Amino acid sequence: MEKHITAPLKESDIKDLKAGDYVYITGTIYTARDAAHKRMYETIGEHKELPIKMQDTVIYYMGPSPARQGRPIGSAGPTTASRMDKYAPTLLDLGLKGMIGKGKRSQAVKDAIVRNKAVYFAAIGGAGALLSQRIKSSEVIAYDDLGTEAIRRLEVEDFPVIVVIDSEGTDLYEQAAKKYCK
Amino acid sequence: MTRSKTLHCVFERDKGMREVDVNEIIKNIKEMCIEANHFLSKDMKEVYDAAAVEEESPLGRQILGQLQENLQIAGEDMIPICQDTGMAVVFVKVGQEVHITGGGLTDAVNEGVRQGYVDGYLRKSVVKDPIYRENTKDNTPAVIHYDIVPGDKVEITVAPKGFGSENMSRVFMLKPADGIEGVKEAILTAVKDAGPNACPPMVVGVGIGGTFEKCAFLAKKALTRNLHEKPEKEYVRNLEEEMLEKINRLGIGPGGLGGTKTALAVNIETYPTHIAGLPVAVNICCHVNRHVTRTI
Repeated sequence: MEKHITAPLKESDIKDLKAGDYVYITGTIYTARDAAHKRMYETIGEHKELPIKMQDTVIYYMGPSPARQGRPIGSAGPTTASRMDKYAPTLLDLGLKGMIGKGKRSQAVKDAIVRNKAVYFAAIGGAGALLSQRIKSSEVIAYDDLGTEAIRRLEVEDFPVIVVIDSEGTDLYEQAAKKYCK
Repeated sequence: MTRSKTLHCVFERDKGMREVDVNEIIKNIKEMCIEANHFLSKDMKEVYDAAAVEEESPLGRQILGQLQENLQIAGEDMIPICQDTGMAVVFVKVGQEVHITGGGLTDAVNEGVRQGYVDGYLRKSVVKDPIYRENTKDNTPAVIHYDIVPGDKVEITVAPKGFGSENMSRVFMLKPADGIEGVKEAILTAVKDAGPNACPPMVVGVGIGGTFEKCAFLAKKALTRNLHEKPEKEYVRNLEEEMLEKINRLGIGPGGLGGTKTALAVNIETYPTHIAGLPVAVNICCHVNRHVTRTI
């Protein structure tokens, strides 16, 4: 089913999303990948404040290529989510509601998704040029020294994603492959 | 000492050594890095087009359509096809009658990569040390594979390799008794484990034989082969076809969201090996299988 939602996410929207739904997100999301996650995780361990608020937030696992002049961002497709599995449950327990990436997640992440009524979306891997056109603005707001891995605030419009793990823990990857396995 | 060295060089020139200046190498590698990250080769585009028609899953067809659109946007607006513009893998075949002038060849390759990634708005994804992980900020160094060949030309292939799929690649040290069935199982295992992580539909490069590192090299090299070119050995041709069919029956599909196009192609290279071994490497590439070749 096709759905349009806004970010930060609302509880009622999340409840409505089912694995397999094709969703267009409009609003504010944040990028963070390997190095930013490691740093946020260490910050939490030291009981210090995170550079972004987790409550209802969507994190996009993405490190863009540099923007050409006059454009907000370069190529901007998802990176493999499983590398963030070590850190994701902690962030979900702090209120993170949406993650955009690609690829499988661990059982611990699935459990944390269900426990916190969150959702995992996949964007199409390798479609970075196409996805960049749905990003209207991009601003580095933390960890500038990490270059492409810095945390960015993105304003997105009709950003296309697919629900892979919904708030009840249903996993589209498992179901979909079975359907076409011969 | 100096005199005899000079005389030696004159002698070589008389014999027809061709001089290639490093600046020509730098300029070409720079352009190839940018080209490879914005345009796919014709054979890659053709298999994309065929897959978009043949895919049985409606969502799979939709994704393949978006990937085709992505390619078009990348070329027209000069936005890299994928944000992971890769670690630059460079194959250099140096003719033994070529004399490189003006500097070191390895330095020239790295300078070309540096200029391509910095001036071409490509992502810098290389870290100086695997543990301390400080970004080198210019995507160097490249991974360079040299080969000395007859002739007076330099053939260069630039193949930027993304790590979503690189991370899912495997080396299997099989036993001779495992035979071709063992090879098939190894390929299927690697592809199954890769699943949605490797950005399917994938191109699967396989190296069989040689040693531990040789089979991995062959698997990487296989990814740069034109998809319409078939291997000489009949059993290898058959194995490529059979494995493509088997992989596409796994159901993983475009984006890993189910479908009949999990791989676009399987390219296999072989090499003699030891009486005690059967090394197999599976180098998985996403659908953005990038490589550009030029001859100088």
